[in-house]
Amino acid sequence: MQNMALKNTALKNMAQKTQAPLTDYLLRLGDNALVLGQRHAQLCGKAPALEEELALMNVGLDLFGQARNWLGYAAELMVADLVTDNIDADHLAFRRDAQDFRNLLITEQPNGDFADTIGRQFLFDAWHVHLLDGLAGSSDPRIAEVAAKSLKEATYHLRRSSEWVIRLGDGTEESHTRMQRALDNLWQFTGELLQVDEIDQAMIEAGIAPDPETIAARWKATVEEVLEEATLERPSYDAWMYTGGKVGHHTEHLGFLLAEMQYLPRAYPDATVW
Amino acid sequence: MYAQLVETGSKKLKTLDEMGPEERQFQERINDEIKIEPKNWMPDAYRKTLIRQISQHAHSEIVGMLPEGNWLTRAPTLKRKLQLMAKIQDEAGHGLYLYSAMETLGADRDEEIDKLHDGRAKYSSIFNYPTLNWADMGTIGWLVDGAAIVNQVPLQRTSYGPYARAMIRVCKEESFHQRQGYQILLTMMQEGTDDQKAMVQDSINRFWWPSLMMFGPSDENSPNSAQSMAWKIKRHSNDELRQRFLDQTVPQLELLGCTAPDPDLKYNQETGHYEFGEIDWQEFFDVVKGNGPCNRERIEARRSAIDNGAWVREAAVAYAAKRQHRAA
Repeated sequence: MQNMALKNTALKNMAQKTQAPLTDYLLRLGDNALVLGQRHAQLCGKAPALEEELALMNVGLDLFGQARNWLGYAAELMVADLVTDNIDADHLAFRRDAQDFRNLLITEQPNGDFADTIGRQFLFDAWHVHLLDGLAGSSDPRIAEVAAKSLKEATYHLRRSSEWVIRLGDGTEESHTRMQRALDNLWQFTGELLQVDEIDQAMIEAGIAPDPETIAARWKATVEEVLEEATLERPSYDAWMYTGGKVGHHTEHLGFLLAEMQYLPRAYPDATVW
Repeated sequence: MYAQLVETGSKKLKTLDEMGPEERQFQERINDEIKIEPKNWMPDAYRKTLIRQISQHAHSEIVGMLPEGNWLTRAPTLKRKLQLMAKIQDEAGHGLYLYSAMETLGADRDEEIDKLHDGRAKYSSIFNYPTLNWADMGTIGWLVDGAAIVNQVPLQRTSYGPYARAMIRVCKEESFHQRQGYQILLTMMQEGTDDQKAMVQDSINRFWWPSLMMFGPSDENSPNSAQSMAWKIKRHSNDELRQRFLDQTVPQLELLGCTAPDPDLKYNQETGHYEFGEIDWQEFFDVVKGNGPCNRERIEARRSAIDNGAWVREAAVAYAAKRQHRAA
């Protein structure tokens, strides 16, 4: 019980943003992977073809694995900083509420139809790959190691999502219409990918995170190249952008996603093993 | 294996003398334990029976993803989530290579899937039961995959080459799933709270009898067994396999510290086997005929995935055609 109280204190402190910028940065990386992974879990049995069923599970597995690595590191830092014990990746995944999640808004958007799912994945992958590529050269060796491993996975994710954007964009009239609509709807969440705040700035200065301008330029180049081949129209970079995920201001969708995901640890708080 | 009541279309076994030269050669090959390969001559009934059996097995893998998918979003730890997702992915993989094995017999995957969706093809009765608590993810691994393994191990030596080879890989993965499932239950029983222990017992109570039903009707009610055994696409009778499963499972049940919902379950010192109570065959035949708790839901889930994805598959075909045209 005392343990539990300590954990709760730790989590409360976190909500008050007392943790180090590095911890916050790791939560952003981990929460992106966790929340997007959870969206893949929701797709189980719903893929348009059996081969896609395997591919979606594959991407989901990679993302959950990445989440475990990033959150595990964040938890260790929190234990060290707060002189408390036993906070682990599972605590961070299953015991925090929405306002403590630091994922990008795009990752929590609903699965929608296959064009929405693919559009979300592509816009994220096109950023994720370049970010991980930069993080692989991080001054923090543990981040560099996790990023290098994740980069291999994300490279495959981007290849697959690009191929689908092109197929759907340049497929039938219906698939083109659906893909364009998905892109138009998701576009408002892309500003956040390229946004740099104090936490990011601190990481860049410490040599932990890569130069954001390079990532932005690479993201734009990837997006432009794929959309052109897909015969899709790219919405304007100057369009209004919906942001807030990185500081815990989420869309309405995250609460339901967490309610489902966290149900067992929440319903059985005394259970310490599963 | 997840095949039950596979129709062979044969009323009576032929002797070698009653067979024509091709069929006789075919049967002798089987008797000599030489595998039948896709290009070899085979009786039409053998081909059809195998298509039925392998497609039923493949459909079971695919439908079987659904009751687990029901808990994938609610797995309580990252480790369990990763394990469950990997297991479901393996099942999709099993489905894929079983469909491929089936296609070596000249069947078409899409046509066979249509048969599943309109009720002409069956899948294992077990997947028509709902998954109601987290322990069901352990119980399915332990009992359902456990029963499947008992069925599938002999199928590694089944007479049709591509099916036998597919089974070797499937069996390896299923054994891994079974251990993982048992581990979920053991963890909750040994280190869990009273609530978690109650979950495990409740889950076993619900899945015990349906797992025993997975082996199909008793031998006296298995009209297709004799032909399937002569063709060596089945190598042991339903009751034999059920007994083998029970004998290996009861000690594991005891190790968990749980009980079976069967007051007649007891060990017979003389035979060295466990004896068990009467199976509710009415329930089994009801579920097989479509009247189980989740039959309609499962088929609807599969149908809507494929129907909702029609525009995606059409787009992929249209795009491939455009590319080919451009390349020409």
